[in-house]
Amino acid sequence: MMKKSHNCRHLLNSLSDYIDGELNQSICDEIDRHLKDCEDCRVVVNTLEKTVYLYHETAHQQELPVDVKKRLYKKLELEDYLKG
Amino acid sequence: MYKSSGSSTELSLELLRKGDKSEFARMVETHSAVVYRLALKMLGVEQDAEDVLQETFIKAYKALPNFDGRSSLSTWLYRIATNEALMILRKRKGKAAPLSIDEPLEMAQGEMEPLQIVDWCCMPEEELMSAETRHYLNEAVEMLPHSLRMVFLLRDIEGLSTRETAEVLELSETAVKTRLSRARLRLRENLTGYFLDRMAETIPANGGG
Repeated sequence: MMKKSHNCRHLLNSLSDYIDGELNQSICDEIDRHLKDCEDCRVVVNTLEKTVYLYHETAHQQELPVDVKKRLYKKLELEDYLKG
Repeated sequence: MYKSSGSSTELSLELLRKGDKSEFARMVETHSAVVYRLALKMLGVEQDAEDVLQETFIKAYKALPNFDGRSSLSTWLYRIATNEALMILRKRKGKAAPLSIDEPLEMAQGEMEPLQIVDWCCMPEEELMSAETRHYLNEAVEMLPHSLRMVFLLRDIEGLSTRETAEVLELSETAVKTRLSRARLRLRENLTGYFLDRMAETIPANGGG
């Protein structure tokens, strides 16, 4: 039990790279093997992936507010280039 | 996908270096929204974000003749913006507590992040994407220490690569990965707590006593 939990903690720091697919093959295989047998770590991986996904999905590409843009162009003396 | 789209035609570094006003206007048009968004998420205050926005392009205009083009224009601009934002954060904290993107954030040996194991992935999509959840997502980012927040914003919100993020923040790629990992784990932890509460609210109480 202690050993397993130690192993989970050890893997924890690699999970971010793991979900980005940025780990070398041997560590990736090690994590895959571990995940097969460890429900807890599967939950952590799934919720970690979902966390990143939610932020990606909600990162709205908001435009610059019109008044902020106007003041910026004025400050930079670019008013002639201000479109519509 | 969530990466900011560039302008239709590449900006000319040559013209920019010469101080060409029209090309500079195109650069402002292309990059101002991201600079403002980054500053706003770093600082949380609209007026401060606007100051950063203006200051970034004023400094960029002055520095462009000497821009060596080793990093991309966007990376360079984000670096100016990040430094401006850091300056404001420093002012807020006061001189007594100097603050740097390099501040140590390693935990003492043996110390561990808390870890809740609850699977909330099965929550309905409308719950995961609700206005309330979005609000909480923003709050959770604001709770991150700024050294983690900056990395998270650049990598996961603005979609920069590890390398680009490293260039903006003048950190090693390893440091970027470590901080991103820590930021994501903390956010996961906070969201788990949040969704745990939501699950408790949405699951109907069925008798039991």
